[in-house]
Amino acid sequence: MTFIRLFWPALIAAAVVGAAAPTIGTFLVQRRLSLIGDGVGHIALAGVAIGLWLNLSPLTAALGFSILGAIGIDRLRRRAPDESDMALALFFYGSIAIAVVVASKTGNFGVNLFGFLFGQVLTVSHSELITIGALGAAVIVVVSLLYRGLLASAIDEEAATVSGVPVSVLNVLLMVLGAVTVGVGMQVVGVLLVAALLVLPVGIARNVVRSFRGTMLAASGIGAAAALVGLFVSNAINSAPSGTIVLVVSAVFVLSDGWRRVRASMLRRQGEEAA
Amino acid sequence: MPEQPLIDLRSVSFSYESGRVLIDVSLKILARDYVVLLGPNGSGKTTLLKIAVGLLHPSSGDALLFGRPATDARARERLGYVPQRAVISSRLPATVLEVVLAGRAAQRRYGGFTRTERQHAMRALERVDMAGFARRRIGELSGGQQQRVLIARALSSEPELLILDEPTAGVDRDSQIRFAQVLRALNKDGVAIVIVAHDLGAVAPDVRRVLALHQGHIDEISLEEARQRVGMFVDDHPGHGAAG
Repeated sequence: MTFIRLFWPALIAAAVVGAAAPTIGTFLVQRRLSLIGDGVGHIALAGVAIGLWLNLSPLTAALGFSILGAIGIDRLRRRAPDESDMALALFFYGSIAIAVVVASKTGNFGVNLFGFLFGQVLTVSHSELITIGALGAAVIVVVSLLYRGLLASAIDEEAATVSGVPVSVLNVLLMVLGAVTVGVGMQVVGVLLVAALLVLPVGIARNVVRSFRGTMLAASGIGAAAALVGLFVSNAINSAPSGTIVLVVSAVFVLSDGWRRVRASMLRRQGEEAA
Repeated sequence: MPEQPLIDLRSVSFSYESGRVLIDVSLKILARDYVVLLGPNGSGKTTLLKIAVGLLHPSSGDALLFGRPATDARARERLGYVPQRAVISSRLPATVLEVVLAGRAAQRRYGGFTRTERQHAMRALERVDMAGFARRRIGELSGGQQQRVLIARALSSEPELLILDEPTAGVDRDSQIRFAQVLRALNKDGVAIVIVAHDLGAVAPDVRRVLALHQGHIDEISLEEARQRVGMFVDDHPGHGAAG
């Protein structure tokens, strides 16, 4: 109870990020953009370093950088799909190099940058909690409003385009929302691990749920639950909260994948027996 | 007053970096038409189709859909499109009903799907005899069943023209016959049908016009000639057997 009383902002922040990230992640995973969160995270880190250097809010700078970076990545992928791998690698590693160089030159390489790399959920302030709450609300509103087009694009981009869905606009919006999720989520689990919350709960949900909508809702619930369980476990065993949260999600993912394989094998055997 | 074509390609040419694939191609598809566009791999069939639905822009010439530019959203609302595709992954977390509902996504810009829209989607599934599979995951179905679901998706917006790119590739003979029956019923109800294929397959008895695309040019040919030409197309590309 003491933990809850002392760290309720951390619990709320973790639950909101844990629920919001997989909601966006459901659409990203389906488009084979699972690692986009990782890439945008590198870019956000450059934003943090430059924000600290210029005495700007690191969160605001990270959000600005990650949104611009996400739009840039989307354009690169579409304009030159054959060469986008190398261009994206340059984007990602160049960003992290900028972050390291700027942080080392301005004396922020230690505690400040480290906090954004691995999260600092236990020290979430009330104003940061409001920002994180706004993220959760934005994700719910945008996904609810644009669900029809997002679903059609996720299932078949080409057919959606022909049927009149504004796929290009939705792609940019999705990337921006993903970038905002990374920018805000890095406060909780850190840049290096926020991508895990975008992807792994979705992997768990689609192992056990049949429908797209069900997968999205289940992934959101799993993400929130894993974030809370991870925080309690980290308090009990005195471990780093962000790593513990991601380990909890990873463990559930491995279990769910095992269950999926067993079920598929049972169904195959039943089919063979019936034949 | 002459009938307005559903598709009207006027002197369309198209080039990739590797060379020209379409040279001064003109084509009209009319209401209630049932057309098969034949040609070997790499002959430009899919390119022609993508130009017709506004996914590609011709290097020269005009592509009109229902009398409007092929990219016009209002024209596309009257079209049902089944793209060429491999078998859908069993990992796609979407039910058959959700896949069909996706075909109605552009009917409204915001929000989820209404009860009426679900009823429309169920009717589209009934037309392809797949209503009983509505709650199944799409990836669990056979190739032939998936193809019928994708037709239902194209039908869910109640189109006047249905365009299908290689719809029976990798589909067994029984499914092809079932598929041909579905298209026959749709055409009888007034839906114009355009199929891109390597051969006539099971739809041969129903087809009204056959177009052959070869070396960038298009010719209208007779059914008999189409049957003879299939051998030529197949010879060009071993591995694509003539089904039917």
